[in-house]
Amino acid sequence: MSKVFKINKPAEEGLVGFLKHLLDSGKVKGVMTLVKNDAPVDSAKYSVNYSLVTKSEALGNAVPLYPLMPANAGSLLSDLTIKQPLKEPIAVVLKPCEIRAFVELVKREQGHLDNMLLISSSCGGVYQFDVFVNEDMDKKLPDYWKAVKNLDLYDSLRPTCNGCIHFEPYTADITVDLVGNKNLDKECTMYINTENGQKYIDGMEGKSSEAALDKKPLKEFLEKRERERNQLFSDISDQIVGLDNLINTFGRCLGCHGCGNTCPICYCILCDFESKNHEFSPSTYETELSKRGGIRVPPNTLLYHLGRLTHMSYSCIGCGLCSDVCPVDIPVSTIFVRVGENAQKLFDYVPGRDVDEKIPLTKFEKDEFAEVEE
Amino acid sequence: MSNDFKPNIVGFLCNWCTYAAADLAGQSKFDIKPSINVIRVMCSSRIDPNLVLGAFLWGADGVLVAGCHPGDCHYEKGNFYTRRRFTQMKKVLETLNLDPDRLQLAWVSASEGQRYRDVINAFTDKIKEMGPNPLKPNPAV
Ligand code: SF4
Ligand code: SF4
Ligand code: FES
Repeated sequence: MSKVFKINKPAEEGLVGFLKHLLDSGKVKGVMTLVKNDAPVDSAKYSVNYSLVTKSEALGNAVPLYPLMPANAGSLLSDLTIKQPLKEPIAVVLKPCEIRAFVELVKREQGHLDNMLLISSSCGGVYQFDVFVNEDMDKKLPDYWKAVKNLDLYDSLRPTCNGCIHFEPYTADITVDLVGNKNLDKECTMYINTENGQKYIDGMEGKSSEAALDKKPLKEFLEKRERERNQLFSDISDQIVGLDNLINTFGRCLGCHGCGNTCPICYCILCDFESKNHEFSPSTYETELSKRGGIRVPPNTLLYHLGRLTHMSYSCIGCGLCSDVCPVDIPVSTIFVRVGENAQKLFDYVPGRDVDEKIPLTKFEKDEFAEVEE
Repeated sequence: MSNDFKPNIVGFLCNWCTYAAADLAGQSKFDIKPSINVIRVMCSSRIDPNLVLGAFLWGADGVLVAGCHPGDCHYEKGNFYTRRRFTQMKKVLETLNLDPDRLQLAWVSASEGQRYRDVINAFTDKIKEMGPNPLKPNPAV
């Protein structure tokens, strides 16, 4: 049995009401959530971004459940808390994989979880930037919510969202029930997972009860997602398995490093690939050319991806940002999720599942992996 | 593969064990195949995957990572981390079907000159059988 809290309003409205209550009652000093900025003229497009808000009036345009990830909130929380833990509590509404990203960052001493109320939801996925920017979202959004209610996959989303099997948050204090919830237009249903969550719910207007989470729709959704994941994996094989395919796929890489820069897990400020180690001087070109007779310019783009794959794919949480920012449409996230899954299986590791679970490369057993030794 | 192929192997050798073993093997005038270019590192755990992958992408036919036996690392546990990192790197290459067998991890202590010889010769033979690194020469990389 888990604790359930119901507010008699549509899911998003109810949640915004709760956030306002938290601010007004002084229980939290700030709220971080997605906010919609109305377009100044009709022909323009509105934008959606994360904002940190301290006054409840400023939540008028909050859209905490909007299916978009303009940046990985895990990275944003790391920016906020890297120097020191928050002194006063804030509430954050974010997607399950964003919490996982933050947890991975906390493990790397890039942030602190203290004084945070983490609110998430069972997640139906987020739109690709391309769709959000170029299509009429007012027309599209109803399709999204229909798919979420009916447990359908939906093809305007990031491919790795449709193949994501971690759509239920692992460490949220409060989980808003979305996936498979037919009542989300009428009722905001929140599962209270932790004592911390309960502390913040107390005093809010609504109905508290004990109920078991109905796992059946989630299981059905999981099966669909698993099938899609396998499909994604088998489709990507043609593009990455074998040297020629790999060279071909990353052959169109510009070397802009956008994928790594936007990745929450790639946190290093002094990335090896941005350093002198990877700068080619004229004499390096000369030496290499005398040996090889030809060299790609810019050089080392494939090394960048292989390096990133070995440096962090075991912690890739599959948020899909890297694919979404790639100017030449390399399916970066599908590749990282695919390769990452094998690395994760090796160590029985689910990135971001538990903050106390050590990063696999920072621990060891005395007797293990004898098969790789000579 | 023609027999006159001479493998070009990059060996990252830990200063405290395998590098000393290489010295010993040399002093003992063991018959070692001239295939290895040695890079001395202070501990096997110093070896970032980028170094290994870079060597491979820049045309090495094989890469050897070698250090002290588990439990004997000069820095106590460096090589346990090496083993995990190496296993993970191999898994990435395996998933991409990039000849993971061209990478080898070996533990050779400072007194094991003969073992050093055997490891190098066996790895050289293995690479010889596999043939040259398929990346060489490739102007697309
Ligand atoms: S975002 Fe795309 S083009 Fe830029 S470095 Fe990554 S893969 Fe290459
Ligand atoms: S590699 Fe891509 S999908 Fe994985 S965590 Fe980084 S940005 Fe997200
Ligand atoms: S000092 Fe030799 S492996 Fe660490």
